[in-house]
Amino acid sequence: MLKTFRKGGIHPEENKITAGKPIVDLPVPPVVILPTLQHIGTPATVLVKKGDKVKTGQMIAAGEGFIAANVHSSVTGTVTRVDKFTDASGYKRMAIEIGTGADEWMDDIDTGPGLVREISISIPEIMVRIWDKGIVGMGGATFPTHVKMAFPRGKKASILIINGAECEPYITADHSLMLEKGEEILIGIRIIMDALGVEKAIVGVENNKYDGIENLRKFSDKYPGISIQGLKVKYPQGSEKHLIKSLLGREVPSGGLPIDIGTVIFNIGTMYAVYEAVQKNKPLISRIVTVTGKSLKYPSNFRVRIGTPVSELIKAAGGLPENANKIIAGGPMMGKALNTLEVPVTKGMSGLLVLDDVESGRKPVQNCIRCSRCVSVCPMGIEPYLIMAMVEKEKCEFLDDCHINDCMECGSCSYICPANRPLLDYIRLGKTKLKKRKQALKEAE
Amino acid sequence: MSSVIIYTIVSLSATGAVSAVILYLVAQRFKVFEDPRIDLVEDALPAANCGGCGYTGCRNFAEACVKSDNLSGLFCPVGGNETMSKVAAILGMEAVSQDAQVAVVRCSGSYNKRPRINIYDGPPSCAIQSGIYSGDTGCAYGCLGHGDCVKACEFDAIHMDRTTGLPVVTDEKCTACNACVIACPKNIIELRKKNKKDRKIFVSCINEEKGAIAKKSCEVACIGCGKCVKVCKFDAITLENYLAYIDAVKCTLCRKCVTECPTNSILEINMPPRKSQDGTDSLVNAEIVENV
Repeated sequence: MLKTFRKGGIHPEENKITAGKPIVDLPVPPVVILPTLQHIGTPATVLVKKGDKVKTGQMIAAGEGFIAANVHSSVTGTVTRVDKFTDASGYKRMAIEIGTGADEWMDDIDTGPGLVREISISIPEIMVRIWDKGIVGMGGATFPTHVKMAFPRGKKASILIINGAECEPYITADHSLMLEKGEEILIGIRIIMDALGVEKAIVGVENNKYDGIENLRKFSDKYPGISIQGLKVKYPQGSEKHLIKSLLGREVPSGGLPIDIGTVIFNIGTMYAVYEAVQKNKPLISRIVTVTGKSLKYPSNFRVRIGTPVSELIKAAGGLPENANKIIAGGPMMGKALNTLEVPVTKGMSGLLVLDDVESGRKPVQNCIRCSRCVSVCPMGIEPYLIMAMVEKEKCEFLDDCHINDCMECGSCSYICPANRPLLDYIRLGKTKLKKRKQALKEAE
Repeated sequence: MSSVIIYTIVSLSATGAVSAVILYLVAQRFKVFEDPRIDLVEDALPAANCGGCGYTGCRNFAEACVKSDNLSGLFCPVGGNETMSKVAAILGMEAVSQDAQVAVVRCSGSYNKRPRINIYDGPPSCAIQSGIYSGDTGCAYGCLGHGDCVKACEFDAIHMDRTTGLPVVTDEKCTACNACVIACPKNIIELRKKNKKDRKIFVSCINEEKGAIAKKSCEVACIGCGKCVKVCKFDAITLENYLAYIDAVKCTLCRKCVTECPTNSILEINMPPRKSQDGTDSLVNAEIVENV
């Protein structure tokens, strides 16, 4: 039986053009740019300087502080610049630029194609390996995996949930992994189950990826405790709170974390990265990126070295079509539009979407008629139209009562609004205003 | 019949009298003492309730004035020194005089000087756009031109110039209340010392990029060449992060830096016409003034 969550949600056009297409290895680009902040938390500290020779898989920036992740070189070559580079939003961020040479991997990395089933290292070693190899959540939020595995004192997980919902339209990165690396994913899940001492794991996959479900089920007999659960197609099922609601029927309390109700949740892509880190000793230096768009010549799923400029991906997909109007990093619902094509692929970039002028344009904004469609689709049960009105009128003191911080910015409200009101933009603005207000009040005290 | 009326009148009067006594006693018991000077000070204030002094409204500012021992750190930018001396007279304290200030927009990247490299079609708000990305030009520091500062101004002292896409401050109306400075997400607007006849000279750029990058994104960007620093005899100009800054207090309005600037990013406003030695100088300045 297929499961889903009940409150809210929308059904955007799926447009999974690249579904079922094989993963293509993109050649190593002539230059890579590796930002020191590719995760949530504090930026990593740079370990190399200009002129240093680095090998593929060598650590070039160390994550210091509690929430941080290491960054490894994704190519072999020479460091050409350690400076601030323009990121996807146009602002400057610290990054390391490496000019590539012949691809030479670090000696301790197993580059062979063989499948390693036996988990040969102990639990503390697994934790250290995941931290050392710079693994972060591959779904898009890029929360460092080792931090998620270190539970707060007194909390214990009983069920591991693996997120294979991939509810964003267009994106098929996780889908292609399920089809080609099914067993590796299951070994990765097994590793995490052992490390956390969890007996039961559920993989939630939306039903538009039935071939992926079948492929995972084929291997799941060999790995006890792991079950594959089909889900009805509904956006935003890939949100951790909603996936838990769909699979277990439990609700994460407002402002809480999944661990508060005894669950811990990882993405399918993260599981594959964990498998490679633990079994093959390979750091997180490449990922699957779906390059897609209706007018692209060759939309495909690429395996890309982290740091590859986005322009290389577009080139490999047949170049920028003439009617291209907007390029989005990530999916159409939660992705960010790019300012320039010279930004690099980061650990959290699951897709690259080229939209034409018809698809991307915003329609003229009209007045709110209180039809409350935004309220009915909001998966968090808040009232977007009300929050927008409060933010517009600068009534920041009421925003906390409207539970503005429950919003996970899925964009369902802006998508459904018949008056084309930019609800999500104002909610985001409200969040920053509320934060500033709280800070000011704290300072005043 | 009449006895009912008499009975009613008597009982109501008695209730009223007793209530009056109780109310009087309670009012005496829970009397809130309010310094009468607060009202006096509030009357002296301009009643703009703009928050420029740092307090929510004129009443709160008046309370703060009465409570504090001296007036240092308390200043009403709208009323200026005149109002503050009145307040000081009421409270019998020494007024701390401050230089009058005026808001200055430090960006000259008009449509023709700063090419647009992408199109923003989101909500027309600087705060929202800067939250999404750096802006629709190559300059990550420049004005976004949606007029958050115009909406913030309570005194109608700032408006958008449609031809340049930049805000313009009307000096006579500006009270230096700081509202636009807070509203601008790019921190472009600055309060500077007000000079005679609203004369001002300032670096109209806050781009901290290296010269070549800044120049590429905007024709009138400060490229941090340091020529103005060398020519200034009064040590008024400092160069930091490839950006020059003129200290309004030290500046004597000698205008040497203006002609020295290779990108015309130093503006002179309301200055008398120069004695032109050669034709080029006055031409350059005419262009700048037009640009503003």
